[in-house]
Amino acid sequence: MSRRTVHRAADVLQATLDRAHEAGALDRRRFLRLSSLVLAAPLVAACDARGTDGQRRLLAAIGRGNERLERWLFRAGARDDGAPTRPVAGARFPSYHVSRDVPTWNAAMRGPWQLTVDGAVHRPFTLTLDALHAMARVRQRVNHYCVEGWNATAIFTGVPVAELARLAGLRPDAAYVDFRSFDQGYHESWDLESALHAQTLVVVAKEDRPLPPAYGAPARVHSPVKLGYKNTKYLTHVTFTTERTGGYWSDRGYEWYGGT
Amino acid sequence: MPSLSTTPPRHAPVVRIAHWTGALALVLMAASGLRIFNASPRFARRGDPPWPLWPWEGTGVPVEFTLGGWLGGARHWHFGAMWLFAAAGALYLGHLARHGRWRTIVPLRGDWRDGIAMARFYLRLDRHHPPQGKHNALQKQAYTAMVVCGAVSLTTGLAIWKPVTLGWLAAAYGGYTWARWWHFAAMLALGVLVLGHVAMVLLVDPYALRAMTTGGYDEARWSPAARDARPFQHWLPRRTPAAATAGGATPATPAPEGS
Repeated sequence: MSRRTVHRAADVLQATLDRAHEAGALDRRRFLRLSSLVLAAPLVAACDARGTDGQRRLLAAIGRGNERLERWLFRAGARDDGAPTRPVAGARFPSYHVSRDVPTWNAAMRGPWQLTVDGAVHRPFTLTLDALHAMARVRQRVNHYCVEGWNATAIFTGVPVAELARLAGLRPDAAYVDFRSFDQGYHESWDLESALHAQTLVVVAKEDRPLPPAYGAPARVHSPVKLGYKNTKYLTHVTFTTERTGGYWSDRGYEWYGGT
Repeated sequence: MPSLSTTPPRHAPVVRIAHWTGALALVLMAASGLRIFNASPRFARRGDPPWPLWPWEGTGVPVEFTLGGWLGGARHWHFGAMWLFAAAGALYLGHLARHGRWRTIVPLRGDWRDGIAMARFYLRLDRHHPPQGKHNALQKQAYTAMVVCGAVSLTTGLAIWKPVTLGWLAAAYGGYTWARWWHFAAMLALGVLVLGHVAMVLLVDPYALRAMTTGGYDEARWSPAARDARPFQHWLPRRTPAAATAGGATPATPAPEGS
């Protein structure tokens, strides 16, 4: 629809140019008509357009440059305090999952839930939920930034991913982390520096209560330094890797970096 | 026709390039930004009461005015075209900064009074166009407001792109939620200014389109001051050819089919 309109506009433009050429010059009237067409073309092209393949390739190239800039801008010391004068969102904190129903860990079939920390590490290990709760000593009031543009404040308690990395002993070639879940294969991989940010936690409690199923029970990743979709819920694995391994939404066209 | 090639261009080539690049960037940024806005067309933080400054919380923009097709696609357009927008702004501001050219744009002392004089002329309270430099006082005020709105949209954009990394910038605007509101408000203000600008160009000084494209402009014959041009004036029937000639309000080419 919109592409046809663009082609029609281009035809009119060409005809106008041809007539101007025959006349030997552009008079004022033709010039104005030409100018209005030139102005209208991007507006017409803007209608519900995802862009041509060439445009998308160009945008992808700019996106790769943006990512380099974003990683350069990133500061481990830049923190988020979650709007201390505002109340927390509580039950009005939005929630979602990719499975049809709220994912719950079926202990009868799969055995007790445990968190596996493995990959490019010297000492891979697993943690029971009780062990994770015992280690959860960081309690922080932070913002959650959704890719859609909204934000919400919550109080999360958990274990810094940096502490898990320290316990496992990162190999020097570890450069990325993949956070995997039992929510129908949902996962997201991160750059190492964002994962090791002091506010990046494996969260087990929200507002001092065990993490509810709607928010990713029994454990989820949360950090204010990444957009919401990067924060895997229903977590099972923290796998350090040497290569980036994409992610659920990153593979569906959203930015892989997704940093704030 | 006057020989346009021998007169210096009304606008330097760098200004003409920056103008049209900026116009394209603004269209791309607004259209893709509105598609991003549609993903969550409200401003209040989740859990907070509705945003007091926007009565249409939850109402999106018709898809015909948006670009990108979906949220992720619109974000790619927005974060791509932002470089075009920044480049046009840097080019233009760099030009203005050299040799004090900002004086042709920035309202100085006395320009408020001149603005009132312009408004009186447009409202037909005064018969003749007040004298002016390159631009009249109302133009200076509008163009400076555009530059300010552009700077606000760029800095608020950075603040909501990186609300943690550039937390100090978000804090300067009152936090992420307010920065996002100011980003939207700056876009609205820019939209109003641009529509007003385009309307005035078409209604008062269509010759400016040529001046901004090829640079050619015959100040003595075409400028609104020389023609005593008001909005819609060249749409109205001319009173008498004699009066028009006597008043010096002769258009460049008094086309026979136009009168």
